[in-house]
Amino acid sequence: MSHGALLVFEITILVLAIFLGFEVISKVPTLLHTPLMSGTNAIHGIVIVGAMLVAGLDHKDTLTLVLGLVAVVLASANVVGGFVVTDRMLEMFKKREPPQRDAD
Amino acid sequence: MSGNLTNLLYLVTIVTFILALKFLSNPATARRGNWIGAVGMLIAIAVTFAQSEIVSYWEIAVGMLVGGAFGAVAGRRVKMTAMPQMVALFNGVGGGAAALVSLAEFHIRAPLAGHLQYDISATIVLSALIGSISFAGSLVAFAKLQELIRGRPIVYRGQQVVNGLLFAAILAAGIAVVAGAERQWLVAALIGGSLVFGVLFVLPIGGADMPVVISLLNAFTGLAAAATGFELENNVLIVSGMLVGASGTLLTILMGRAMNRSIANVLFGAFGQIAPGVAAGPAAAGANGGSVRSASAEDVAVMLAYAQRVVIVPGYGMAVAQAQHDVRQLADMLEAKGVDVSYAIHPVAGRMPGHMNVLLAEANVPYPQLKEMDEVNPEFPRTDVALVIGANDVTNPAARNSPGSPIYGMPILDVDRAQHIVVLKRGMSPGFAGIDNELYVDPKTVMLFGDAKASVANLIASVKAL
Repeated sequence: MSHGALLVFEITILVLAIFLGFEVISKVPTLLHTPLMSGTNAIHGIVIVGAMLVAGLDHKDTLTLVLGLVAVVLASANVVGGFVVTDRMLEMFKKREPPQRDAD
Repeated sequence: MSGNLTNLLYLVTIVTFILALKFLSNPATARRGNWIGAVGMLIAIAVTFAQSEIVSYWEIAVGMLVGGAFGAVAGRRVKMTAMPQMVALFNGVGGGAAALVSLAEFHIRAPLAGHLQYDISATIVLSALIGSISFAGSLVAFAKLQELIRGRPIVYRGQQVVNGLLFAAILAAGIAVVAGAERQWLVAALIGGSLVFGVLFVLPIGGADMPVVISLLNAFTGLAAAATGFELENNVLIVSGMLVGASGTLLTILMGRAMNRSIANVLFGAFGQIAPGVAAGPAAAGANGGSVRSASAEDVAVMLAYAQRVVIVPGYGMAVAQAQHDVRQLADMLEAKGVDVSYAIHPVAGRMPGHMNVLLAEANVPYPQLKEMDEVNPEFPRTDVALVIGANDVTNPAARNSPGSPIYGMPILDVDRAQHIVVLKRGMSPGFAGIDNELYVDPKTVMLFGDAKASVANLIASVKAL
């Protein structure tokens, strides 16, 4: 694919993602706004893929490697922390208390 | 691994992220949704590792271990009340990662000066700029919420002029890079300027508006990640980043709407700063004339125990005092006495949307008991006691009655329409908006001064003694 065609394709999926993002989120109740913010926070940790690609290349200079690796560290913290925090929040949402028979 | 297979597997990741967001919209499936997203992330990481051009496996693995361990430990150990600043911190490091990726990508490509396509250089500039602002802004938000720096707006003369000039300079540097001045120092300067701008941009915003800011910066980091996707010609980055960018923007707008304020007003209004002067409006005259009645825990316990219907209105004071478990215990005791107890949740109570929901969920309060503003407001006239625990601005009738008030027009919980109002509060200090609350001098209101946790514990003891 030529660079121009690839760009047009990328812009196409970008625009579709905008609509999808609005559509999926518009149905989230206030109750879940904090976990939602935290969950999307974890998802933008996908930047780790970019960090890995930059850090992992067979480059000739250390600067790129160092920048890439620092990015990997930051992005990993974003991913793991984001999912852990979200899970801790959601863990607490229960419809009713567990029945008494669960004696634990 | 072939490029096609890689992209197909990235598509699987994209689908898991969409499902994750979809499942997050229902409390029953939300937790599963988060796990689905985590699995998708794992797939993306594994697929990236399998790329033939990756050579520095060990370095990357060690980096992931270091960052991941920090995220896991910090995420596990943080108290529920400190969640907002934790989200701000994790958001910030994501933005920082995006900025570093773009700096590295520019460093790789820059030797081919004159060969950089406009879309590549433009997206490098965008992700460097947005990512840096998100990084620095999130750290300031973190510091404000963690009370490392004061939460009140920090303002000085000509602040917006300085910010405006700085932003114009950053923009000019960015345009110069795209136009062909492909100098690495220029990109580095652009990142430095954006970091300073991120700090200056969040400093004048008050603690009460931090939820909106964190939400906005969350959207920023998503956009920065999408921009890195264009640099690296990588679909999973473009789609996932943009999903977050779009959803974060929508969430920010919804939050602004709940406060009846435009996003521009939140960002540039330095809200708490102007408020004290305006409070001396027509409504405040009545407020100054009235007097505050304080009551003992025993008095309040009697009011609560013999009520038909009690609505608990939690706010940031409950979060600070970690009183949610005691509040739940009190509610259980009242229910055992046949009192109908529910919770009124204002959309911006606390420091994040849904902050109160999370805290009460932690204390095992069943979520059908949590009522949203529109649902609970018509019920206040039929409510015997509204028990306000550390909430202030979201209950201030000035938002309805006094056009001069800075919060005029903000939707509030109509607690003043209840038969009796009990306010648990540490002292008479104003809320984050910095204005007096005329609710406190309402003849139907009694105040119970003290730390929310201690006051609720006293109430529990008094109800038990009845």
